[in-house]
Amino acid sequence: MEILEILLSASFWAAVVRIASPLIFATMGELICERAGVLNLGIEGIMVVGAFAGWMAVYTGTDLWTGVAVAAVAGMAFGALHGVLTVVFGLSQHVVGLGVTLFATSSTYFAYRLALPEVTSPPRIAPFEPLALPVLSDIPILGPALFAQTPLTYLAFGVVGVVAWVLYRTPLGLALRAAGENPAAVAAQGLSVTGLRMGAVIAGSGLMAVGGAFLTMSAFSSFFFEMVNGRGWICIALVVFGAWRPGKALLGALLFAAFDAFQIRLQQTAIGEGLPYQLFLMLPFALSILALVVMSRRASVPAALMMPWRKGER
Amino acid sequence: MRLEPIAAPSLWRLAGLPAAALAATVLAGSLLALIAGADPLATLGLVVKGAVGSRFALLETLNRATPLIFTGLAVAVAFRARLWNIGAEAQLYLGAVATVAIGTAGLGLPAAVVLPMMAGGAVIAGALALLVPALLKTRMGVDEVVTTLLFNFIAILFVSYLIEGPMKDPMGMGWPKSERLPDPLRLPRMIEGVRLHWGFGLAVVLAVGVWIVQTRTTLGLAMRAVGENARAAAFAGIPVNRVIAQTALISGGLAALAGFSEVAGLKGALTRDLSPGFGYTGIIVAMLAALHPLGVVVAGIFVAGVFVGADSMSRAADVPSYIADIMLATALLTMVLALMLTRYRIRRD
Repeated sequence: MEILEILLSASFWAAVVRIASPLIFATMGELICERAGVLNLGIEGIMVVGAFAGWMAVYTGTDLWTGVAVAAVAGMAFGALHGVLTVVFGLSQHVVGLGVTLFATSSTYFAYRLALPEVTSPPRIAPFEPLALPVLSDIPILGPALFAQTPLTYLAFGVVGVVAWVLYRTPLGLALRAAGENPAAVAAQGLSVTGLRMGAVIAGSGLMAVGGAFLTMSAFSSFFFEMVNGRGWICIALVVFGAWRPGKALLGALLFAAFDAFQIRLQQTAIGEGLPYQLFLMLPFALSILALVVMSRRASVPAALMMPWRKGER
Repeated sequence: MRLEPIAAPSLWRLAGLPAAALAATVLAGSLLALIAGADPLATLGLVVKGAVGSRFALLETLNRATPLIFTGLAVAVAFRARLWNIGAEAQLYLGAVATVAIGTAGLGLPAAVVLPMMAGGAVIAGALALLVPALLKTRMGVDEVVTTLLFNFIAILFVSYLIEGPMKDPMGMGWPKSERLPDPLRLPRMIEGVRLHWGFGLAVVLAVGVWIVQTRTTLGLAMRAVGENARAAAFAGIPVNRVIAQTALISGGLAALAGFSEVAGLKGALTRDLSPGFGYTGIIVAMLAALHPLGVVVAGIFVAGVFVGADSMSRAADVPSYIADIMLATALLTMVLALMLTRYRIRRD
């Protein structure tokens, strides 16, 4: 009975969309990188950078949208670092990605300590307010879930559309996908594989950082250490789950968020109180692994993913 | 720009480029000190002094190096066979769980029997923890990078559950920690009166052991062949999947010994902060060592020195200790680049 009550409440579905939003940004970012042939394990650290940079910008006096832009630029800077090392120099995408995550995370913590040396609890900013769209937000259940969110959430859904349109409806998207499937063919067309992949990694990293910024500027109003807490790794699983397609990845993010929102509510019911809370916290990670296993047989990995492209070789 | 393989790299390249990577690391540290408004030379001096400046500092560094050598070996073994084990953190914690479970079970056996049982239990726990992602990789084609990363979070939550639940210390005043190991079940010190436990000795011995396995055994050869070209190895009749599974067992076991050594050698009990990311730092250690097991010992001590030195420095000067993490990330990225450039030359088109 309680379970049914949860599933029928408008606040549950609103929470699903809210939890999904940062994942949607970062998953789209990772998806762009991987479609162009680059696994970006810098995602976790780049989300931390975005969360901090956007929040810090607003804390020091910029408006919220400028904060989002600052976050994106900061993420793109780390994306450029990742791109130079993996695309231009063709280094191991695993090692560089983890290195970028470490570099980005520790730089953020260093900057935080310098900016706020003596604080015990981080200061708050005035985050994005929910923006209820007239008429639409009055639809029962669906209205509050989809049409009474913060502007950043609307942007997240917009990004999915733009990414899908660019990837499947523009020459640029075709070239990007080809760079991830058959770079030699792209080069034979006279296009620059390096340029395409660099662009994808930088743009994708910008989106990841905006996903991080969602946490400090929309979901919460402060920056905490460890606040990204594995979300980046989950997004990598979501890209696989979505078979490298924006629409499916969006569905994956929403499904994942639904489980997450459900477990939070389940903890407060009679069933939940009898179980250790850690079990619920494990659920998102266990689900991601399960999704990977289930989808593994059907996955359509970009053929040149993780293959460095060196002109003249092969 | 393109990269051209070098047939016979000069000594200058082989030694100079890695040295340049370390110089870049020091430069990064100086810049960070400047940004923090401190004197770069004085800051770096304090780091060095804090790492090796006294007998106490040196022993602290070696103690800190111990888990890093274990996790560094775990990563080096796995990466050599291209098994991307990013889950040393999980394996470390599960090793610690097995250590504490066996050590506090009250078996009534002599320590000379129980201590090896604790280590063995840890190895089995860690080995199985990595076998699962390895089998998912070989049987189902699931990428092990993501699964091992995700398992880290699950393992730490599992530990958190254990030390707040079934393994909680009844005398712990409510703190989430396990019961302490009885004194006879603690690893003895290597030299009387010197604060360095036998975990360090075990780590060094195992580094030599891994080196022997890698260079002198069929398994070592097979692991290298699988890492260099799995398809060619399969054509040569090497059972690739079995070699990957064996690599996983060895790698997971090594990482778990970090947990065993930290609990039995240093902390005495299991807590949630047993490892401040030793599993992840093991990746830096292994890469700085260019995946060479004996190099892992040196790199482990170097990385531990940076951490210990930075901790000590930040107590004296107003520079956040995160400077250590940034320097090590710089070291990692510049070293991978430097090692590649020892084999390739940059050419303009």
